[in-house]
Amino acid sequence: MAAKKLSKEKVGEVLQELSKFRLITPVKSDDVVLFREIADPKEAFLEYGNSTVPPKKVVFPQTETLFRFTIGNPELREKNVEEEGTTVIFGLRPCDARAMSIVDKLFSWDYEDPYYLKRRELTTLVGMTCVQPPSINCFCTSLQGSPFGKDGLDVLLVDMGDHFLFQPLTEKGARMEETLASYLEDASPGDVERASSMEEEAKGKIVRSIDPQGIAEKLPSLWEDPLWKRVSDACLGCGICTFLCPTCHCFDMQDEVERGEGRRARMWDSCMFCEYTLHASGHNPRPTRKERTRNRISHKYSYYPKRFDVIACVGCGRCISLCPVNIDILEILEQVVEA
Amino acid sequence: MKNPYIPYEAKILEAWYETPGDRCIKTFKVTFADDKVWETWSHRPGQCAMVGIPGVGESMFCISSSPTEKGYLRFSIMKVGKNTTAIHELEAGDTIYVRGPLGNWFPMDEWKGKNVVTIGGGIGQAPLRPVIQYIRDNRDDYGELTVIYGARTSADHCFKDEFQDMMACGDCCCHLAVDVEEENWPHFVGFVPQLLMEVSPSPENTIAVTCGPPIMIKFVLKNLEKLGFTPDQIYTTLENRMKCGIGKCGRCNVGHIYICKDGPVFSYEQIKDIPEAFA
Ligand SMILES: Cc1cc2nc3c(=O)[nH]c(=O)nc-3n(C[C@H](O)[C@H](O)[C@H](O)COP(=O)(O)OP(=O)(O)OC[C@H]3O[C@@H](n4cnc5c(N)ncnc54)[C@H](O)[C@@H]3O)c2cc1C
Ligand code: FES
Repeated sequence: MAAKKLSKEKVGEVLQELSKFRLITPVKSDDVVLFREIADPKEAFLEYGNSTVPPKKVVFPQTETLFRFTIGNPELREKNVEEEGTTVIFGLRPCDARAMSIVDKLFSWDYEDPYYLKRRELTTLVGMTCVQPPSINCFCTSLQGSPFGKDGLDVLLVDMGDHFLFQPLTEKGARMEETLASYLEDASPGDVERASSMEEEAKGKIVRSIDPQGIAEKLPSLWEDPLWKRVSDACLGCGICTFLCPTCHCFDMQDEVERGEGRRARMWDSCMFCEYTLHASGHNPRPTRKERTRNRISHKYSYYPKRFDVIACVGCGRCISLCPVNIDILEILEQVVEA
Repeated sequence: MKNPYIPYEAKILEAWYETPGDRCIKTFKVTFADDKVWETWSHRPGQCAMVGIPGVGESMFCISSSPTEKGYLRFSIMKVGKNTTAIHELEAGDTIYVRGPLGNWFPMDEWKGKNVVTIGGGIGQAPLRPVIQYIRDNRDDYGELTVIYGARTSADHCFKDEFQDMMACGDCCCHLAVDVEEENWPHFVGFVPQLLMEVSPSPENTIAVTCGPPIMIKFVLKNLEKLGFTPDQIYTTLENRMKCGIGKCGRCNVGHIYICKDGPVFSYEQIKDIPEAFA
């Protein structure tokens, strides 16, 4: 698929065109950047670093109905995700798209999760490169990612300054190119070359790193190591590291009933909460923050790769930047390496 | 493919109490509201199902009937919290919802030609019941069947009538225990791991299966090793809090294993080196 050129001046018109779909873009709300369905292209906030809240909720909503029922009537009415319609996420970062491709593995192994997978099928991801690392805590390049990464994306927009290089990457990307054909021009051959040197430059601006080699194998041997207590002592158990993580996917399931009308829903949950593993008997296999932190790190860097061949972390750095007590996953991993 | 989050509607055929008290155990015999479900349903001993009530929630229970018992499923449920209390209020004729079968099973085919010893405590007899029933219904395929079971008092024993029947029938060897002395108790007094040593089954061509409270399992495993059983001859089930039951929600993991999907049945060989398995 050949690259095209999209002039920045035309982005407003492109968003207008795309608003015939369920169009989701970054928006700014007070000091927080998050992804939301927009009604007016002006709401889109594309001059951003990275969003505070990742776009994972578009395909994996914070709370979603599984089925509805009426008390006294045995029928269960399955939620139809198809009704949400074709969706475009415009302007997400490569790390967050890559996170979706990692989480896809979980939702499609063995039992297929019909809600998540249907939403993924309905959603086209149009990503934007990071020319500058959005955060000092970015470390995507340590984990097979790149500020120009293509994993999970259908279209990559390479920021060339006054225009984007429009690179369709998948079948959905090709359809997106057709949809937007009238706004696209042929790219100049020089652009493609320049893009690859820009990628190297952008990678070079990322300051933090970790060598993940050997961590998956080492973690189980550090089960009883004092490091887990040390690194979790300050933890408040607030769960923000998991809620804002683009690869965290754990959920709870609850029933809700109001005036005889009910639903079974699932909602994000966090392995950093005490109740997460609490048995009805009162027994808790992960009774303190030490066991919960050990599980969070081990799940991402050891259990997930063991099962799905990929580390469940994309190096977006959100859990580091947004932890209220400055717990730093890279520092934890460094201690793992050194232990 | 059927949506794995949507349960089947079922009807309770019979319900009765196994044990008394605050944490009483009640057995439910259920069948699907739509007979057609039986055409595609098949489960094996050790498999589980989510059982629940829309508006309350659902919980994981082992299917305590053997696939050789046709036309119904059995669940034996201890009242411990929100879902189980609501389920206990149901009676014959009421509607209940079943999602499954979930998880793996005891390798009954591999065990053909072998002796089987089951060692259960309290509600832990629920996953062992289908194993015992399956062997009794395919009696010629297996060697000796030894059933060891204990609970706090004789009133706390599950499946009392069936034990009477097994003892009278002679197709297996039953050993019962209560924790503390009580009047007119003709059997063993003491904990299950002690009874195991008393019975002292030979490991020769034998599989041992144990389910019960964690503390019991811990000592049973020790004693089985003393008796000469190797980790690949010992089977148990693991338990963790569960929600989805299909390897998605993440909460039931021990190490990289999802108990709901990769388990609940494991050989001791598979889990002995996973530290969290016995946390
Ligand atoms: C594989 C497996 C097989 C089981 N088989 C049986 C059985 O045959 N008979 C029996 O009486 N009990 C069995 N249990 C335990 C049973 O699932 C819990 O006692 C039950 O879920 C408690 O629900 P509750 O709503 O009454 O308790 P609450 O404490 O109110 O539960 C709140 C929520 O946590 C979940 N939960 C709490 N404790 C557990 C737990 N120990 N295991 C799984 N989920 C839990 C429940 O699903 C519920 O959604 C089994 C558990 C597992 C994992
Ligand atoms: S119960 Fe959800 S992953 Fe096992």
